[in-house]
Amino acid sequence: MTLAMIPQGEYEELALAERTRHRSRQRRIRLIRLVLLAGIVGLWQWAAGRVIDQSWLSSPSEIAARLWGWTLDGTLPYNSWITLQEMGIGFLIGASTGIVAGIALGLSETVGDTLHPFVLAVYSLPKVAMGPLFILWFGIDMQMKIALSAITVFFLVFWNAYAGVRQSDQELIDTVRMMGASRLQLIVKIIVPGTLAWIYSGLKLSVPYALIGAIVGEIIAANRGLGYLIAYSAGNFDTAGVIGALLVLMAISVVLNMIIGHSERRAFRWQTTRES
Amino acid sequence: MTAGSAAAPRARIAFDHVSVAFASARGTMRVVDDVSYEIRDREFVAVIGPSGCGKTTMMNIVAGFMQPTAGRVLLDGRPVPGPGPDRGVMFQEYGVFPWLSVRDNIAFGLTLRANRVTGAERREIVDRYMRLMGLAEFADAWPKTLSGGMRQRLALARAYAVRPEFLLMDEPFGALDAQLKLLIEAELMRLWQAARQTILYVTHDLHEAIVMADWVVVFSARPARIRAIQPIDIPRPRDLTDTRFLPKFRELHETLWELLRPETNHPGAAA
Repeated sequence: MTLAMIPQGEYEELALAERTRHRSRQRRIRLIRLVLLAGIVGLWQWAAGRVIDQSWLSSPSEIAARLWGWTLDGTLPYNSWITLQEMGIGFLIGASTGIVAGIALGLSETVGDTLHPFVLAVYSLPKVAMGPLFILWFGIDMQMKIALSAITVFFLVFWNAYAGVRQSDQELIDTVRMMGASRLQLIVKIIVPGTLAWIYSGLKLSVPYALIGAIVGEIIAANRGLGYLIAYSAGNFDTAGVIGALLVLMAISVVLNMIIGHSERRAFRWQTTRES
Repeated sequence: MTAGSAAAPRARIAFDHVSVAFASARGTMRVVDDVSYEIRDREFVAVIGPSGCGKTTMMNIVAGFMQPTAGRVLLDGRPVPGPGPDRGVMFQEYGVFPWLSVRDNIAFGLTLRANRVTGAERREIVDRYMRLMGLAEFADAWPKTLSGGMRQRLALARAYAVRPEFLLMDEPFGALDAQLKLLIEAELMRLWQAARQTILYVTHDLHEAIVMADWVVVFSARPARIRAIQPIDIPRPRDLTDTRFLPKFRELHETLWELLRPETNHPGAAA
């Protein structure tokens, strides 16, 4: 049935019904999710100590108690804040240098082609393995985690920016050159906006990696931070503490991804179809 | 070789024994072989030939994107400088900026220093071309929301907005379906009748070449050599649809089609 065949009043009614159906489906899904979550937590709570040894999986109540205790005595806010700072600073440093280097190398074909194998060699190195080197360079304080986080982020953003510039639409560039654009105008008005989508996907991709950099750094050597909290709890056979810290980490990661997703939708309105 | 009658006004674009070779790992590959012809003021010249024969290469030389290996291409008697706003280019892919609205796309060229105009003038030019190309109601839309035909209209409007003296078009409507193609060709004819740029139009579509051009240059397969220069003596203004049914059209189509066939089929055809 085509829209043209439906009288206007009826069409609005149908559209309204369709919207209501869509909304009630969303509500149902959300409800099922909650039930599922409650079921898992309930089962876990029930099984803990009965079916599974407490020292393996702890129990939801014990984890909640541990998190509550850590919140009250400041352990959790303090260590979370440390990790967030490390990852945040690392992310900023890695992302900004990655964007600049990626665009610069992408623009200069000769320099880019020359340096390509070197960058690839460093990139293929697992960044975690550089942890000990960074300890030698920066000690075991926050700088070392920042460095680990930054170098991980750098490469992800760098490759995306580089590839984005390299894949700039040549016809668009030629068109603009014909119009008399200077090289700077070409970069600012065509290449950079055309590369933004690539850079964004690099940034998005690297948020969890920034967290990994900071956490791994803390697990290698630290006396504060969520990674330290995990390693410390594990060292004391405190399963509730380990899982509790992991849950906090998960929450942080989810929130960060939501923030990034939101800013991306704002910046790329021109990529999504808009009905008018 | 010069096309058309003898009393020729000065050439605006002149190919003078132009050859192009590309270096590759396996040696050099000759793409264009000793091509000479001249395009005069306000002419609409179509270039046809098998795909990959080097038509685009020749257009790129006129645009200033590359240099011939031998010979020269002259623009108003002087070697082609680099790319410049006196020549507008249009390619097959939608050469529009996806991150700019329709209005800003058309205005883009006018904001560059090379062809800057006052704000009022810019608005007037943009409005005029939006109206001409039927884009007025989409002024604030993103290109993504436009159909393929609309996007090519936008590209055409943007090319025209900077008022180039030459238009270099490389299969600009090749990606459109037959019907849209016919409509936008009619738009192009209308704009050209009014402003009369000198147009170099690369295509592999014989119909398109015959209904629009003043004359057609036929190239051989690679390396591109001139097979023939065929004047299209169909009076203007031409109705793009009706022209296709004229006996003259059929006759020209047959001639050009013969010329485009592989060399082996007719040994005596080289120009």
